[in-house]
Amino acid sequence: MVGCIVAAAFTEPVLSFCGGGGYQPAAMTDTDTLQADILGSIAAAATPEALEAVRVAAMGKSGSVTALLKTLGGMDPAARADAGPRFNGLREAVSAALAARKAALDAAALEARLASERQDMTLPVALPAAGTIHPISQVMDELAEIFADLGFAVASGPEIETDWHNFTALNIPESHPARAMHDTFYVAQSPPEGKLVLRTHTSPVQVRTMLTQAPPIRIIAPGRVYRSDSDATHTPMFHQIEGLVIDRGITLAHLKWTLETFVKAFFEVDDVTLRLRPSYFPFTEPSVEVDVGCSWAGGKLTIGGSDSWMEILGSGMVHPRVIAACGLDPDEWQGFAFGTGVDRLAMLKYGMTDLRAFFDADLRWLKHYGFSAFDVPTLSAGVGA
Amino acid sequence: MKFTLGWLKEHLDTSASLDEVTATLNRIGLEVEGVEDASAALAPFVIAEVLTAERHPQADKLQVLSVSAGGAAIQVVCGAPNARAGMKGVFGAPGTYVPGSDITLKVAAIRGVESRGMMCSERELQLSEEHNGIIELPADAPVGARYVDWAGLVDPVIDVAITPNRQDCMGVRGIARDLAAAGLGRLKPLAEAYRIAALDVPRAGPGPDVRTDDPGCPAFFACAVTGVTNGASPAWMQQKLKAIGSKPISALVDITNFVMFDLGRPLHVYDRATLSGGLVARKAIAGEQVEALNGRTYALDETMTVIADDAHVHDIGGIMGGKASGCSETTTDVLIECAFFDPDSIARTGQKLTLTSDARSRFERGVDPGFLDDGLAIATHLVLELCGGTASEVTRSGTPPTEPKQVAFRPARVLGLAGIDVAQDEQAAILERLGFGVARGDPWTITVPTWRRDVGSGAAASNGWDGEADIVEEVVRIHGLDAIQSTPLPRAEGVAKPTATPAQALERRVRRATAARGFDEAVTWSFLPPADAEAFGGAAFTLANPISADLAAMRPSLLPGLLAAAKRNADRGQASLRLFEIGQRYLADAEHPTLALLLAGQRLARDWRTGPAVAVDAYDAKAEALAALAIAGAPVDRLAVAAPATSWWHPGRAGRLVLGKVVLADFGMVHPAILKHFDLKQPVAAVELYLDALPPRRRGRAVFAPPALQPLTRDFAFVVPETLAADALVRAASGADKALIAGVKLFDRFAGAGIGEGNVSLAIEVTLQPKDATLTEADIAAVSAKIVAAAEKLGASLRG
Repeated sequence: MVGCIVAAAFTEPVLSFCGGGGYQPAAMTDTDTLQADILGSIAAAATPEALEAVRVAAMGKSGSVTALLKTLGGMDPAARADAGPRFNGLREAVSAALAARKAALDAAALEARLASERQDMTLPVALPAAGTIHPISQVMDELAEIFADLGFAVASGPEIETDWHNFTALNIPESHPARAMHDTFYVAQSPPEGKLVLRTHTSPVQVRTMLTQAPPIRIIAPGRVYRSDSDATHTPMFHQIEGLVIDRGITLAHLKWTLETFVKAFFEVDDVTLRLRPSYFPFTEPSVEVDVGCSWAGGKLTIGGSDSWMEILGSGMVHPRVIAACGLDPDEWQGFAFGTGVDRLAMLKYGMTDLRAFFDADLRWLKHYGFSAFDVPTLSAGVGA
Repeated sequence: MKFTLGWLKEHLDTSASLDEVTATLNRIGLEVEGVEDASAALAPFVIAEVLTAERHPQADKLQVLSVSAGGAAIQVVCGAPNARAGMKGVFGAPGTYVPGSDITLKVAAIRGVESRGMMCSERELQLSEEHNGIIELPADAPVGARYVDWAGLVDPVIDVAITPNRQDCMGVRGIARDLAAAGLGRLKPLAEAYRIAALDVPRAGPGPDVRTDDPGCPAFFACAVTGVTNGASPAWMQQKLKAIGSKPISALVDITNFVMFDLGRPLHVYDRATLSGGLVARKAIAGEQVEALNGRTYALDETMTVIADDAHVHDIGGIMGGKASGCSETTTDVLIECAFFDPDSIARTGQKLTLTSDARSRFERGVDPGFLDDGLAIATHLVLELCGGTASEVTRSGTPPTEPKQVAFRPARVLGLAGIDVAQDEQAAILERLGFGVARGDPWTITVPTWRRDVGSGAAASNGWDGEADIVEEVVRIHGLDAIQSTPLPRAEGVAKPTATPAQALERRVRRATAARGFDEAVTWSFLPPADAEAFGGAAFTLANPISADLAAMRPSLLPGLLAAAKRNADRGQASLRLFEIGQRYLADAEHPTLALLLAGQRLARDWRTGPAVAVDAYDAKAEALAALAIAGAPVDRLAVAAPATSWWHPGRAGRLVLGKVVLADFGMVHPAILKHFDLKQPVAAVELYLDALPPRRRGRAVFAPPALQPLTRDFAFVVPETLAADALVRAASGADKALIAGVKLFDRFAGAGIGEGNVSLAIEVTLQPKDATLTEADIAAVSAKIVAAAEKLGASLRG
């Protein structure tokens, strides 16, 4: 700040301004006039710098208001009593006006700066890549969640399996025609003590579990299985889930309840009817195939009701020979087993039509049918996504 | 297994409707796969006579017919060349749906002449592909009658899926027996079903010279019939065979097929003129061959049972007859074979020869060993009836295994296993209707009929329980599984335990974290083209019978599957992708759960903010590897980076992350030779993370209080030889004062002017965390000196 002169004080000081905000000196004879003059200057200050010049001229060390206040010390008590409140009133009014003007100038400056900073918010932004969970993984997680609620642990076993675990222990001897039901892949590097196969079902996990774990047993075993078959609904590799309960006094009635509970929870439908039909699997006796009531109204499959039936899984009471082959006493321990296709469950629930697409890793398919990482199936949030 | 409703009723005396029959079949475990009922679709079509046929005034190839279907004459425009006055055919009136051409007939003007219906071809009625003219019926066909009734097309065909245990239902009679047991009617005695007074046939002369020398054929029964005439089989037999899709050939052949489908009893008929000497069932001699009835020649070995005469093999026993001794229209003397073959032996031979046949599928499931005499009698009866001739006595060589199996059965097990309470009397009645013998006692003794090989096991009778579940199944399947009332599983007591193993929980965690980092999960085949496996160290396991050569080698790595997927996506225009898969690698020692990540093409697409596109690089792979390891709970600050040890990585732009000696992951750029092998043009970075190598994730946390004092940072820049691993400098600095130094971050790397040839400048930011007192300048100077000294040991010098 340059060229600012403050006049000497009389009883009532006369102030003069110069420079800074471009004020003309003015002779004032009382505090009211001085106040009006200063407030006018404050109002006229158009920049923070001009406002600061006004502040220094009034409130600075040698400012007019400061000078006036200094005169109070030399006054007699009566005069001070008269002048004190007036002078202090002046000071407060000037301070308040300075603060208000500063806030207004700051706000205007900010507004001007922000206006100059404007950006086009319609410009596109690159989002972080959104990954996906494969429908098979999603459905396996859904199944694990549903069965966890029923107390089923998740078990697993090797995919390159011994002939004994895959067939013999499951009451399927070598010449059994049921082996023709499984178009088995045989492994060339089989050790002399036993043929190796790619497991044709998840049932060998039943055997491995019963061999290593004492009953009671409740497990599900999801995983890859292999059969030499290929068309729109069959691929040489697909996924199954096996369920096994071994305990005392378990019957087909428990099986029916378990499957009903599972189907209701999985398809998120209360009105589910199951139909049990006698069937044959070498490793269960009695064996039952399970149909779920459904409807094809309007060409769209809906699970529920009993307009039509769709076969969804195979099951039965674990064959006593399987229980015995696993070292348990079939007179003491019994239970049920069931198995179904995970890929097929996914197709029924989420509407894919071509099984082969599951294994093609076509990004367009994965993006369309895949699930967000955060669609974690839980009982509290729901097992459907 | 197909049969018609009428055929079924030859054995089952019932008034049940088609719907009742199919519903019952499903209910008792004979799953109905389909019902073809032509009668409904063809019901509107009637037999009509063409009264007159005139040339169409406007079209050379059309005629205007006047047709009578029993009422007034009807005018029909017809394009069939064979339409003529006086012929009889099949007429559809306006409003009738024509199944073969998918149209509904309307009154229409054809080239100006009104036509009020249609005379139909076989194709239009879906009877055959014949469409050269309209159907011509014999002169005695009744005008006005429904065509389906007159033609006998009213018999719906039922197709049931027979499970491998139910050989007894691979004949119509067995199905009838099951339905009768389920209360759907009465099973007619065999003679009544065949409308004969008795099963015996008049026989004269000694039986043929046959014998069995082979345990693979425990019983070989046969008789001869001389003086037969082998013409076409009668219409009733042809109709039945045609209805189920079996082509009629000649009376003798049709008889064997009919008996097989009707009674589940395969037979073979030889033309005796082609045989030299007697027939013997024996093991084949290695090198022997036979041309079978399907026209193919099979090489036999010494495990296979054959029927041979003195000169040749004439039959692959129980599987398929030989072409040379088959019957023809000139056949006059025949030998009818009714044998019992060992099911296991048939199965092995059939598998070895990859030869399937209706006979094999029955013998390997075990035909009724108690039905040889009756089966032979029925066949002989049909030959005599349809082909004439004189039957010989029966030669019986060997003995079929008819010893009855017995099962100890506790009726309470029906409730105990199946959860259905079935009264004991009903249990006994069901079993008896199915042919089981029931002797009540404690337990009951159940005698299994010879046709139920699936129930019980003679050999394992030492186990008290064996076969009991089979009997339970028989009772409940006939009683009906609808009776099962759902019963909740009891809830396990105590605190619910995690139902996933730590390994499974780890997989789920890593899977979702990886997807959250922008990777799409793929599921690729476990098997690879062998060349792909070879490029990744070779497969420990290959398939002996792959579905195709491209799916033959069990993958030693997940990367080839993802690389092939990247190629497929690139071909579809998606060169940039982030894929991952979690699955097994199949190595010689075991299957190893593995996470693989693939980053191809661009990490950043060109963008107005970030400029030109940026390609993926090895550091992207490193970042993803570390991120996945961190989420998996691995101590990422304790990992060292070693050089890649396998050939499929870029030797200079890849690394392996090790914890001590344990390899946790490989990462980096894929070797250009591998990219060439997969025909990938874009840069590809990848990670393989070995999930089973990870240390177990620790649960719980150590006690911790945030330090009260502010940390401070100091920057240092060192000139180092460019061969020095940056990691070594960071480690040296970190170790310079373990009490004070809380972290070291390398934030700049610079090579160029002023650094010196062969050198780089590395700048690090060191974070100091005071514990007990604020650091003085002297403290800071002391620790700085230690850092510089540690760096200098590596050949680094502080930049001035």
